[in-house]
Amino acid sequence: MEVGQMQRQWVDYTKSLFLEGFLDGQFLQLQQLQDESNPDFVVEVVSLFFEDSEKLLNDLTRALEQPTVDFKRVDAHVHQFKGSSSSIGAQRVKNACIAFRNFCEEKNTEGCVRCVQQVKHEYYLVKSKLETLFAMEQQIMAAGGSIPMLELNF
Amino acid sequence: MHLSNGMGSMSTASSSGAWKSGDVVTDQFPAGLRVLVVDDDPTCLMILERMLRTCLYEVTKCNRAEIALSLLRENKNGFDIVISDVHMPDMDGFKLLEHVGLEMDLPVIMMSADDGKSVVMKGVTHGACDYLIKPVRIEALKNIWQHVVRKKKNEWKDVEQSGSVEEGDRQQKPSEDADYSSSANEGTWKNSKRRKDEEEETDERDDSSTLKKPRVVWSVELHQQFVGAVNQLGIDKAVPKKILELMNVPGLTRENVASHLQKYRLYLRRLSGVSQHPNNLSNSFMSPQEASFGAMSSLSGLDLQTLAVTGQLPAQSLATLQAAGLGRSTTKSGVPMPLVDQRNLFSFENPKSRFAEGQHHLSSSKPMNLLHGIPTTMEAKQLANLHQSAQSLGAVNMQVNAHGVQNSSLLMPVAQSQPRGQILNETSGNHVPRLSSSMGHPIMSNGMSSGVSGRNGMVDSGRGGGYNPMQQNSSMLNYPLNNSSQLPCNSFTLGSTPVMSSLTSKGAFPEDVNSDVKISSGFMPSYDMFNELQQHKSNDWDLQNVGLTFDPSQHTNSMHNSLDPSVLVHQGFSSSQRGGQSRSPTTVGKALFSMGEGNHLGNVQNTGQHLNGFVVDNTVRIKAESAPDATSQTSFFHEQYGQDDLMSALLKQQQDGIGPAENEFDFDGYSLDNIPV
Repeated sequence: MEVGQMQRQWVDYTKSLFLEGFLDGQFLQLQQLQDESNPDFVVEVVSLFFEDSEKLLNDLTRALEQPTVDFKRVDAHVHQFKGSSSSIGAQRVKNACIAFRNFCEEKNTEGCVRCVQQVKHEYYLVKSKLETLFAMEQQIMAAGGSIPMLELNF
Repeated sequence: MHLSNGMGSMSTASSSGAWKSGDVVTDQFPAGLRVLVVDDDPTCLMILERMLRTCLYEVTKCNRAEIALSLLRENKNGFDIVISDVHMPDMDGFKLLEHVGLEMDLPVIMMSADDGKSVVMKGVTHGACDYLIKPVRIEALKNIWQHVVRKKKNEWKDVEQSGSVEEGDRQQKPSEDADYSSSANEGTWKNSKRRKDEEEETDERDDSSTLKKPRVVWSVELHQQFVGAVNQLGIDKAVPKKILELMNVPGLTRENVASHLQKYRLYLRRLSGVSQHPNNLSNSFMSPQEASFGAMSSLSGLDLQTLAVTGQLPAQSLATLQAAGLGRSTTKSGVPMPLVDQRNLFSFENPKSRFAEGQHHLSSSKPMNLLHGIPTTMEAKQLANLHQSAQSLGAVNMQVNAHGVQNSSLLMPVAQSQPRGQILNETSGNHVPRLSSSMGHPIMSNGMSSGVSGRNGMVDSGRGGGYNPMQQNSSMLNYPLNNSSQLPCNSFTLGSTPVMSSLTSKGAFPEDVNSDVKISSGFMPSYDMFNELQQHKSNDWDLQNVGLTFDPSQHTNSMHNSLDPSVLVHQGFSSSQRGGQSRSPTTVGKALFSMGEGNHLGNVQNTGQHLNGFVVDNTVRIKAESAPDATSQTSFFHEQYGQDDLMSALLKQQQDGIGPAENEFDFDGYSLDNIPV
């Protein structure tokens, strides 16, 4: 596949992520922060997010498995996850966190358990999407091309 | 200077050190602004750092509050501004905020993914100069330098105005300089300023003594002397006269000490865990410097002051009110202060009728905790009074608050806010209806009045839950509405453009406006808040809000003052309108992105200017500075204006009033004598 084609595919794929709600404008902000002096910024930040999220989700799951659930703690974790996911533009994850917090407030264990599943689901989904995106970027770079600038007018 | 941060910050080499040494702006400004960002979330921290670097700021990142504090302590003048997350595992962000305000007196911006109004309110009451909602956009960070400039500007103003008191402080300079590395460092900046203004001050002093009372700048050294004297006398036996003698600071008056003592008592009370107590006035005493003070106290103080200033509310009555209020909630020491502040602040006139009413109420009702968390005990009546007074004061307050807030070194802030709260509380309850009528007038709105009221009532909740009582009262609603609405506005303005919301509210503005406004996520919170407020509040507010039209010109500093309840209402509407819009970034975000934070801020400012009321001191201030940008936003305002000729008329009035008020924020010595400490 030649570079131009790869670039177009990349653009289409990125657009679809936005259209489907996986990513939001905040992700664009991250892309804008990337430049020659920080060529891997997005990948770095997102990788950091993945790393942090794994820990967070583990803590969350364990907290909900306790005989007596400490909802404050759970809520704190969810709040944190909401903050980090929104910071990188993982919209669906963020929305799942928002819903999650409601259950925490109600101290609804069952609801929370369902929510954590939902959050995890969304997280793994966006994770795989982003990993695909980054793989495409690497291919483009390897072929000597550059990542196009996104112009989202939708 | 560059701080040596153990956090591995990547401070860039391109810092404009000159910027800090007393110059307001260098050619590179705001490049090189030294920012300390604290957040336990590594993802956010990394993004923020990158964003700040892109803004050409010198960034130090830190993931623990304790480390951040030690960094700040080691490099007293090593940072210009601090950005901190609210929820952190090792220390609450608000605690860090308090410490920074107290010890270093740096502007602090809070941020969180939490946009709940109570949290934002907390930020306001604790003295944060802004509140950003995550995810933070780079546009929001581009303008943070305004907080630094504003703070410095206010401090300089204080320095210039302090006249003889300044001299006393200046005498301490040599010792302060010698202790550069000690905690006195914090005062060195002031010293340099003072030195710079020495000549001016000398000239001014002669004039100022006749025109305005000099304001005392409570530097760290001075405060330590004060604390030493108090401890020596015993906190119970510490009376201003004796403290003054022990301190032996030339140029310091008994009134200065009295007002500072009042604040200090509140502070102690708050520290001792009474913060949750509605009567806890000490909440307001955040620190000698103003940070929180300015914000809080200025608001409450302004109310009283505005009343007092215009002369309509005799100092005595104010004193009585304050005393009553203060006595009720805490020791009465606080009372004197507010009066003084008010007097000085006021340069603008409030409708006599309004004050008269306010006075009436004030005397009748108990003073609400004006300051930071004091108002909690507000009663319905008080609230009503507040509301009313807030309204009338609104104009006044705005200015006063703006002024007060900005002056970190204001002693009075605590005191000031208190009286105001009281007044507000008192008047608001009774005069709800009046508010509507006076609303037209309120420019006070700049948020002061409402902000103040909000402060009292709201602040408390933020601080010590003082707000709660207010809300319970229906009459309070009116006011709290303002407060809450205002406050949220303020905070929102920071993050979002609250102004926008106001526009949309009342239906004066088309839905379009809202959409425009919606740019930042910050809006969301405000909107939500307003919605709630809207629901709670009575219709009276709505009327008032509608009428609010602020003069942009008015605000410079007084932006925050504009409390206009109507503005709040607007916001409420806008929020409801926005509700549909919700946060989902896909819809709003996309549009917003184009707007960028810059617009957002610009909008906020514009709105802030107009609305004034929203941003309670701190927040407003921030916004106000960035006013120029929001051209698009301004259009909204115009609409508002068009709709409310009254408002513009009022604004004009306030403008006049505000101007002077801003310049004179001298609390000391005024009516304090009347108030028993």
